[in-house]
Amino acid sequence: MLTKRIIPCLDVKDNRVVKGVNFLNLRDAGDPVELGARYSEEGADELVFLDITATIRSRKTIVELVEKVAEKVFIPFTVGGGIQNAKQIDELLRSGADKVSVNTAAVKTPQIITEAAQRFGNQCVVLAIDARRSKTRPGKWQVCIKAGSEPTELDVVEWAIKGEKLGAGEILLTSMDADGTKAGYDNLLNKAVSDAVNIPVIASGGAGKLEHLYDAIVDGRADAVLMASITHFGNYGIRQIKEYLRGRGIAVNL
Amino acid sequence: MIVVIDYNVGNVRNVCNAFRHIGSQVQLSCELKTIENAAGLVLPGVAAFGYAISALGDLAAVIKDAASAGKPLLGICVGYQMLFDESYEYGVYKGLGLVHGKVVGIPVTQVVPHMGWNLVKPQSDMDLFEGLGKERHFYFAHSFYAQVADKQAKVAYTDYGFELAASVQKANVYGTQFHPEKSGESGLQVLRNFAKICNKNGNGLC
Repeated sequence: MLTKRIIPCLDVKDNRVVKGVNFLNLRDAGDPVELGARYSEEGADELVFLDITATIRSRKTIVELVEKVAEKVFIPFTVGGGIQNAKQIDELLRSGADKVSVNTAAVKTPQIITEAAQRFGNQCVVLAIDARRSKTRPGKWQVCIKAGSEPTELDVVEWAIKGEKLGAGEILLTSMDADGTKAGYDNLLNKAVSDAVNIPVIASGGAGKLEHLYDAIVDGRADAVLMASITHFGNYGIRQIKEYLRGRGIAVNL
Repeated sequence: MIVVIDYNVGNVRNVCNAFRHIGSQVQLSCELKTIENAAGLVLPGVAAFGYAISALGDLAAVIKDAASAGKPLLGICVGYQMLFDESYEYGVYKGLGLVHGKVVGIPVTQVVPHMGWNLVKPQSDMDLFEGLGKERHFYFAHSFYAQVADKQAKVAYTDYGFELAASVQKANVYGTQFHPEKSGESGLQVLRNFAKICNKNGNGLC
């Protein structure tokens, strides 16, 4: 039986790890290679690196960063942020990334998912979805793109189903409403998407306490939980998180 | 020196990175002389079986001869699958035949690919698992698996709705379906154990 995964997420800007609240007010959290290596040694199951600058100039920087990370990190890691085509995906995988996450580009040109899945295998294609509760349609969420700055008409659950059909191997689901608040994951969202697809769903946004992780796995039916603030700033260690979850009956890699 | 076979498939860089990290002397090569002089060989692989075995080309015979002559060999993922007699991944392909058995698809009753961390239970005295206790989690990412049919092989299994062979050992031939280079500290220990085996075989510089 596969274990539930604990995945620290490193938002990278100008070669530093940063963390904000509701996608704003960034706070420095350290060097990405050092922090990644520390998580790898501490027993994290995977890492996610998101290039939140995602400009043309930052592309070269992120490839160099991926190469450095691959020398120090011996667990699978995903790289995302500003990826626009299969050539960039190829470059990141060759540099040492195990998976690549695509967000805005997948909304604009959904074929990028299919093309990448066929060329590199669906296990390395992650569809990242930034979700915001819909103000007009109660109980629904809308897909936002461009680092959350641009709402679209797409419904999150429908987009996730389509993403799986296109060939995504995994969904990284971030609640923009919960992100950075430390008030808990949006488990109605997590459950709605998990129930709709057969590929793993990584719950993201809102982790503040250990029980939030448990709730995302049990109530939200998430296969993996992503967190940033609670581990970056030393509130909780990876081992502590896993011991807690195991104590409550969740299968973890410990 | 441990030589990682370079045959232009998937991501072999990470395997080299992991060996370097544990302090091993490692070289990526497809040169006959280098392979012959190696204290141990690693056959990595992230690709479909048919593509990988054809990309290996003439090196297949070189690796087979080296392993038959007693050189330690570690196959990883598709490199592990290639140790067996044949594979049924998108066709029928002959493998190296160093361990008897065949490679078939994971039953569709399970989620495919088998991707994530699963608990591996080695038989006692499997060299790669020395110092790792009775069971450990390792990272898997694959859609096909080996049905081991070799009485001389020791097998470590993992549970994926059925007993899935996660690692084999037959004399000097070793293989892991999981990725030791991506399995954190437990995976690095597997590589250390392989380096130790190579050291015994070679000149102590692995």
